[in-house]
Amino acid sequence: MQNYARLLEQPALAAVVANTVVWVATVVAVTVVVSLGLAQFLNQRFPGRRFVRWALIVPWAASLVMTAKLFVWMYDYYFGILNHVLVTLGLLAAPVDWLGEDTTVMGAMIAVGVFVSLPFTTYVVLAGLAGIPDEVYEAARVDGASRWRTYRSVTLPLLRPALVVAIVLNVIYVFNSFPIVWTLNDRNPGFGHDTLITYMYKIAFKSAARDVGLAAALGIVNVLMILGAVAVYLRTVPWREVEA
Amino acid sequence: MTGAGGLLALALLSPYLVMLLTALKPAGELRITPPRLTPMRWQPGNFLDVLGDPGFQSWLMSSLVVAGASTLIVVLAATPASYYVARHRFPGRSAFLFVVLVTQMFSPTALVVGLYREFFELGLVNTYAALILTNAAFNLAFAIWILRAFFASIPKEIEEAAAVDGCGRVGTLVRVVLPLSLPGLVTAVVFAFIAAWNEYIVALTLMSDPAGKPLTVGITSYVTAYVQHWNQLFAAAVIAIVPVVVLFALIERHLVGGLTAGSVK
Repeated sequence: MQNYARLLEQPALAAVVANTVVWVATVVAVTVVVSLGLAQFLNQRFPGRRFVRWALIVPWAASLVMTAKLFVWMYDYYFGILNHVLVTLGLLAAPVDWLGEDTTVMGAMIAVGVFVSLPFTTYVVLAGLAGIPDEVYEAARVDGASRWRTYRSVTLPLLRPALVVAIVLNVIYVFNSFPIVWTLNDRNPGFGHDTLITYMYKIAFKSAARDVGLAAALGIVNVLMILGAVAVYLRTVPWREVEA
Repeated sequence: MTGAGGLLALALLSPYLVMLLTALKPAGELRITPPRLTPMRWQPGNFLDVLGDPGFQSWLMSSLVVAGASTLIVVLAATPASYYVARHRFPGRSAFLFVVLVTQMFSPTALVVGLYREFFELGLVNTYAALILTNAAFNLAFAIWILRAFFASIPKEIEEAAAVDGCGRVGTLVRVVLPLSLPGLVTAVVFAFIAAWNEYIVALTLMSDPAGKPLTVGITSYVTAYVQHWNQLFAAAVIAIVPVVVLFALIERHLVGGLTAGSVK
């Protein structure tokens, strides 16, 4: 119990909790909105669709550490391609130290988080779209509904189950995500840009104190958070109806 | 449409294109300003250097051993478990499926402190066994779930016909049911293999012996505070990523149903 009391006294805790909320909420929200658009697009038939779907697989299949290292390289202040492109296009007046400035680290991590979460989410939405029968769209057209109106009043409500699944699973995945924050935030001392997961890891294995009791208390908190999301998931998904 | 699709594909692949082009640069072109996308002198030999590096060879071996062995355990355990669940109603079936679902949503990340202490007490820190067991445990649920769906979709009559023809229970499973659910089996195998192949935090924590590290952890030593072999790091990463992407493309159609526990599609 003492460990829990000590956990609340940690000066870094407030910032870490705030980082975690921003990280999870922003990555999941942006991912879901972009995936809705991507899925709508990939649901149309066009030559080369198969190729685009394969391209979508790459960020999903690739190891997260390797993708994170790749972004460390592209974000580099002196030699990174990102600064070069943005400055050349006139979008930036001067290069930015994306992973070194306190104001840009979280945004840079969120961009990578969204990039690797898009494939799974888009595929879930695509599966949801495939489950909507054509007759529903037919009926909307007969009623003279515009495309946007049809999307808002027919597609979105019918996508609800798929969206709930996508949101809850993404919350769990993004909360648990270790390699991206660990790798991109590697240079910065202290806990200023850590989430609960990387904070726990640093306390347990990297800090001078190697405070196992405190890390274990944090671990329990993290597990409880995930269990909360799992409970939401199990309440919304009809898993009991699985037929033998 | 095709043009927009091409742009989308380019956006998704462009970071990996940077990876590939950086892997083909000579060391002297890594730190130049302004940075260039393409190499001035193409150096495909980087890939041969990496393949010939004893460090890379040992990491590759570790990845193959850990991913291979944990996948084998997953298939051996998940096949009978999911077959039984698909074919029989028994007390506790709901509870069993509940546990499978909950473990599927857990990654070892939040549990890594406890895992470390457990393996420390068992004396298994720095062994392949620790990595193999952890990966097998966390990938089992997905395999059970997807195989159960495939087994359940096979009509009972086919099995009854096999029984009439004198096939035993195990014979029926091996000769009739498994061949019919081959896509499910392939999906389970490929998914378990890739998940173990890409696993990072458990390997980072439980394996500090340099020779025993898998690729995900090992190749980060190409770029540290002291050395900056970005071209070799990315050559190694390309070698690690390409086979996995091809395997992933094979099972793409079945993945979503498995990962969302059949709630979508």
